[in-house]
Amino acid sequence: MFPLTVENKHVAQLLLSTGTCPRCIFRFCGVDFHAPYKLPYKELLSELQKFLKAEEDELVSEIPNPPPKKIRLQEPEDQIDGMDSLSQNGEGKLSVTEDGSSSSKNSNLNVCNVCLGILQDFCEKEFIKKVCQKVEASGFEFTNLVLSVSFPPQLSVREHAAWLLVKQEMGKQSLSLGRNDIVQLKEAYKWITHPLFSEELGVPIDGKSLFEVSVVFAHPETVEDCHFLRAICPDCFKPAKNKQSVFTRMAVMKALNKIKEEDFRKQFPCPPNSPKAVCTVLEIECAHGAVFVAGRYNKYSRNLPQTPWIIDGERKLESSVEELISDHLLKVFKAESFNFSSSGREDVDVRTLGNAQMLTPSTRFCFMTGCVLPGRPFAIELVNPHRVHFTSQEIKELQQKINNSSNKIQVRDLQLVTREAIGHMKEGEEEKTKTYSALIWTNKAIQRKDIEFLDDIKDLKIDQKTPLRVLHRRPLAVRTRIIHSMETCYVDEHHFRLYLKTQAGTYIKEFVHGDFGRTKPNIGSLMDVTADILELDVESVDVDWPPALDD
Amino acid sequence: MSKENPVKTTVYYSTLTGGRIIPCDNTGSIFAPRRICVITLAGSHPVLQSGKTIKSISYQISTNCSRLQNKVSGKFKRGAQFLTELAPLCKIYCSDGEEYTISSCVRGRLMEVNENILHKPSILQEKPSTEGYIAVVLPKFEESKSVTEGLLTQKEYEEVVVKRLKATTAAS
Repeated sequence: MFPLTVENKHVAQLLLSTGTCPRCIFRFCGVDFHAPYKLPYKELLSELQKFLKAEEDELVSEIPNPPPKKIRLQEPEDQIDGMDSLSQNGEGKLSVTEDGSSSSKNSNLNVCNVCLGILQDFCEKEFIKKVCQKVEASGFEFTNLVLSVSFPPQLSVREHAAWLLVKQEMGKQSLSLGRNDIVQLKEAYKWITHPLFSEELGVPIDGKSLFEVSVVFAHPETVEDCHFLRAICPDCFKPAKNKQSVFTRMAVMKALNKIKEEDFRKQFPCPPNSPKAVCTVLEIECAHGAVFVAGRYNKYSRNLPQTPWIIDGERKLESSVEELISDHLLKVFKAESFNFSSSGREDVDVRTLGNAQMLTPSTRFCFMTGCVLPGRPFAIELVNPHRVHFTSQEIKELQQKINNSSNKIQVRDLQLVTREAIGHMKEGEEEKTKTYSALIWTNKAIQRKDIEFLDDIKDLKIDQKTPLRVLHRRPLAVRTRIIHSMETCYVDEHHFRLYLKTQAGTYIKEFVHGDFGRTKPNIGSLMDVTADILELDVESVDVDWPPALDD
Repeated sequence: MSKENPVKTTVYYSTLTGGRIIPCDNTGSIFAPRRICVITLAGSHPVLQSGKTIKSISYQISTNCSRLQNKVSGKFKRGAQFLTELAPLCKIYCSDGEEYTISSCVRGRLMEVNENILHKPSILQEKPSTEGYIAVVLPKFEESKSVTEGLLTQKEYEEVVVKRLKATTAAS
């Protein structure tokens, strides 16, 4: 059923004769249900023309020079600008179709003066098919999608002009037309195109989908339509860093809200003039929101940095923890790039151990101090992944693959997590504790009794100035940290093993050798010797995330 | 002891014994891990010879300038006092009346001076290259390479000292 009624007739006639397409006419007449918009363009045009002809016997089928006064019931003084051009906007213009051929009198309009073709060909099946071809060729895996469309800002200006025109016309019938009574262009566009996309790609449209198809339209011919606004509202158009042009949609909308009707009409034709060409499609892009993979890693090498160690373009040490784990993920998820983060990190020469299965002196210490969490938690953000659906079996196999590819690191509890869950890793970092084991050298010869006292020290407070070895890249400050408990293991006259449970953020190496006396107290000062650290291992990182998976 | 690696000293231990030294007029010595320079007294400095007792140490190098007032903030260490090679760091007053001025020997920004030696001057003599350090200086990034190149290893330093001794004994 045709959605317009006799009340809409004058407005519809006015808009059609000034070069507006049927769907835009529906919008300005407040047609807010989807069905009419979805009908094919040609059908809409002929139905519209039929509607306009009916009941008006005086109306001639051609529209060469109809006496405006008779049809429009207007006062001569109220002649709208557009009306003068009615005779100019006569048959000559109306008959030209997009491909330039003129057909019957029920021919297509030329390019709509309001939507610049967007609600004409760009919302119909043929164009949608083209877009979908690109989407399918992009190689993304997706089960739903969100459509994001970007229109040239001058559309807002034209919309505004058409609104003023229609408002005036309706005013004659003592009807009002608010901005919000008009159906938004973008809304109507989505009503029509969403089902077409769904049908073509076989997936639903979901506003929350991580997979985004974005279509950007431009209309170079009318780019300058907006420029007059800058003279009237200059502060709306301040140049910002990343913007190519100051005439963004937001800025234009802001200016349109401010400008007075008379000022607008002086600078911009109401109705807007008809353009020669339709919009161009600037880009059709697909992108998938990031996915997150978490786990815990063990590090068995004393020669492996956590992140790539590159100075002046030269790699100082081969590989890194993050590359050994992430490179495999990058490949399998077909992602563009990754961001690696972890709950703290260890130096190149420090191992991260901890294996609940093996009973070692360090594990015994861990059990006794109440922490049995092997490995360090990490999370990897995979940017723009092309493949995102994996079964837990597939993830297990991926974990196995990583573990088989290197003996320097091992990964456990590998799992997909949400972005929000990452917060758990960094949450309350200061409150967390870590356990270490260190091999200590002393200059003075020691006996077992010389180290026993360390076992009894609980919750020792130490003050650490920023260690000299990191001072070049960290602010100079003093940090108070707590050594919760220690356990010693005598090796020989100049060596012993020390297990410690400390507050997160403690510099263990400096606690042992004192860092030129800038960490106080330290093992050396406690024992009244010169001490140094030969080896350091991380035994556990006491963060209970990500959740352990039973392998 | 770990089986996979034979006992190896860490960066720190080797820093303590393998630091590099610059021969200055007053024989200050410097270690420089990662651009950071720790200014300490080298073994041949008069203050470290037996029999010397330090009465006091002062960081007030002029009426308007005290190294103790040095304050740095942030990752880029803003507010640091700038030092040239000859800039005085501190004055050492000995019980025999002798006074020694220790200069920076390194161009850069002053990070901190060691307040421990103010309270307990004997540390300077007992542990001159660790707890008895004098100051920490951060050279400008562009200059850090030339600073390191001007430094000597312990071995080279010892050779220089020997040469000096020979020269002074020959001259006398």
